[in-house]
Amino acid sequence: MKHSLLYFYRCCIVLAVCLTLTKPVQAQTDADALMIPKNYVCAAGVYTHSQWDHYWEGTFKRDAPNLGTVSSNAYMLGFVYGLSNKINVSVALPYVTTNASAGTLRGEHNLQDISAYVKWLAIKHEIGKGSLSLHAILSGSVPASNYEADFLPLSIGLHSKNVALRGLLNYQVSRFFVAGAYQYVRRSNITIDRNSYYTTEMHYTNEVQMPDVSNYLISAGFRSLQFNAEATFTQVDTHGGFDIRKNDNPFPSNKMNSQLAGLILKYTFTKLPGLELTAGGNYVLKGRNVGQSRSFYGGIYYIFNTRKEK
Amino acid sequence: MKKSLLYIIPSMFIGIAIFGSSCKKDIVDRTQQYPALAPANIDLNADTWKPVLVKDFSTLTVAAPDAVTSPAYLADINEIKAAQRNLTADQKASIKYWSAGAVLRWNEIMRQLVAKHNVAPYQNADDTYPAPNSANPFNYPEFPFSNPPYAARAYAYVSAAQYDALLAAWHFKNTYKRTAPYKNDAAVQALVPVSELPSYPSEDAVVAGTTVELMKLLFPTELAYINQKAQEEKEYRIMAGANTRGEITAGESLGKQVAALFATRARGDRAGKAIGTPAVWATLQTTAFESGKFWVSLETPKRPPMLPLFSKVLPFLFDTLTVVSLRPAPPYLSTSAEYKKEVDEVLSMSKNYSRAHEEQVAFWADGIGTYTPAGHWNAIAADEFVKQNYSEVRWARNFALLNMAEMDAAIVCWDTKYFYFNQRPSQVDPFIKTLTGVPNFPAYTSGHSNFSGAAATVLTYLLPDRGTKFTDLAQAAAMSRLYGGIHFRSDCEVGLVTGKAVGQYAVNRGKADGAGL
Repeated sequence: MKHSLLYFYRCCIVLAVCLTLTKPVQAQTDADALMIPKNYVCAAGVYTHSQWDHYWEGTFKRDAPNLGTVSSNAYMLGFVYGLSNKINVSVALPYVTTNASAGTLRGEHNLQDISAYVKWLAIKHEIGKGSLSLHAILSGSVPASNYEADFLPLSIGLHSKNVALRGLLNYQVSRFFVAGAYQYVRRSNITIDRNSYYTTEMHYTNEVQMPDVSNYLISAGFRSLQFNAEATFTQVDTHGGFDIRKNDNPFPSNKMNSQLAGLILKYTFTKLPGLELTAGGNYVLKGRNVGQSRSFYGGIYYIFNTRKEK
Repeated sequence: MKKSLLYIIPSMFIGIAIFGSSCKKDIVDRTQQYPALAPANIDLNADTWKPVLVKDFSTLTVAAPDAVTSPAYLADINEIKAAQRNLTADQKASIKYWSAGAVLRWNEIMRQLVAKHNVAPYQNADDTYPAPNSANPFNYPEFPFSNPPYAARAYAYVSAAQYDALLAAWHFKNTYKRTAPYKNDAAVQALVPVSELPSYPSEDAVVAGTTVELMKLLFPTELAYINQKAQEEKEYRIMAGANTRGEITAGESLGKQVAALFATRARGDRAGKAIGTPAVWATLQTTAFESGKFWVSLETPKRPPMLPLFSKVLPFLFDTLTVVSLRPAPPYLSTSAEYKKEVDEVLSMSKNYSRAHEEQVAFWADGIGTYTPAGHWNAIAADEFVKQNYSEVRWARNFALLNMAEMDAAIVCWDTKYFYFNQRPSQVDPFIKTLTGVPNFPAYTSGHSNFSGAAATVLTYLLPDRGTKFTDLAQAAAMSRLYGGIHFRSDCEVGLVTGKAVGQYAVNRGKADGAGL
């Protein structure tokens, strides 16, 4: 466990971003190169608040006076387990609420999607003054309740079953690091309540084909015993789908793209072993068929060894 | 044990997710599965049925066809044979698509155009709204905004015109008694179900000719698309060995002639003025049933009421005086106990988060970006009619009855809405949140209820063996508006009653039009 001083047990359950119009991709994937050691468990509770008052209708940025500010809150519980020093597994489930500050539409509230991942430290090499690692993260999510997807922008999710694979490269020199990752998300068809809908043509079915999504992540930051700080840039691209027409409603299979800037902070208590606080935020710099959300989150992690220390 | 559980559980979820997401199977659209039109009865007596507008077939010109031994006809037969030699996969798909029926496929095309154009104009910088202008249809906002009344009228004109045109077509078919190509030449393959129906003029071409002509009025910016569709349909008849070029040309010309009568009616039916003026919109507040409790737009910025003068449009099934006589009694006064009870009921609906509740609202919403409630009933009718082996002319007659009822129901409903000009539940109690958007017009009575009541009455008459299927659907559609928090109970219940009354006019026409059931 000599390396454990530099390795901080951190479970990064959620890089919780844009829970309203860019729901499906972000909330369930791990996006950093930290691992927890074998037999350790991390229990996490994270609260996220997200809101927007401008959105992109296709590429046209506009406000939504009939909605005002669209906001959502997510209350997430998750666990990470160290299967080995090189393999971590995780499961998480959020409860999500949505709200519009203007207009007559009511918000929703329900359990959203259960997500799980397996994270594998594939390669670790000392290079130059630091170490380079490559992680492979296989993740998936399934809806945990029968929530209505076709109620954008106030639906709590898009109700597809997803599976994703991410490759993450991390280079750490003393306390500083830089990382890059690419993820591909495969999405299942979804079923909506009505039996016909218009995208760019009429479809007489209640099933909707959901386009797949990729995302790219670049981050850099500082990791020490007590304090971590990380700046991130993420780009999300949807492969296919269609644009929201002028003054039309959004729809689950819209082409939702976004570029986000984010910040992650973590503080480890020295007096209370295993307890950590995390806080952070994200802001959509540019998007397509999504809201220009800003989100803030705060969470508590508690890490403990499931085997008695000898 | 704990360790393996924590290993198994995430793996299971991932396994489920992989399995679930591998279900990206091709989606089957139910309209792709409709069978080819194979009438049980070709309704040869359709030329004795009562038309809607055409008074006299002798005013229509269809030249006598060439003899089947003539060089012109033989050249047309050669065209069919050449086309049939090397049919590509796309051509075969086109045959499969169009052989389900001309009236059916054009009805679907119309529903698609309605959905495409059913988006409200975006506001100007000064918070006023621009309006579509038929004189400049390509300017934003593109003409038309195919909202529920506009759509109901569009479906009605096209359906009624197709009906009259096909009656005329049957008249000329019976006059000239030309046999189909596949009967005249054994080398011509019949790629549609064969029938004894005379083939001159071509019924498909008649429908195309009628529809294209009316689209110039109803969806002027879509002419390139419409013409392309008409071209596909005409080619299909030739490839399928069902008609010769001469039969198609004659049919198209006949369709155009009949459409002209309907276009003339449409230009004078007062729909062009239905949008009203700012003076009209202001006056409505002073003539509202309950002084001070008038409808106000719930949109931001406030949008003028939708087509307040649609009540003045000339109905198909009765006259404007009848519209007034069909107007129901006033809604409850806001001071009455019944009113307060209804407001409380809507509030409780808006707090119902059950999935079944949401599903019913969403299923029937038919709002912005959709084919509208009349379109939904057309879709229901199509799904039922394909099981009945109707002839093309009977398809047209049945859609004409349905859509004339829908248009006249819209007129009656809009008359009621703007005569009483009452408030929506969310205006009365801002705590009432809704499960779907609140449409931009008064509440009493509900458009969905009128459209559904009328449609269910007509469909129950046409398909009596379905029992209460349509009235049950109408009830669900009407109640969905209360469940959605956007209507009072009386808006829906009274709307169903007036809708039924309108539907009965269509039923009475059907009973007297000579088509029988």
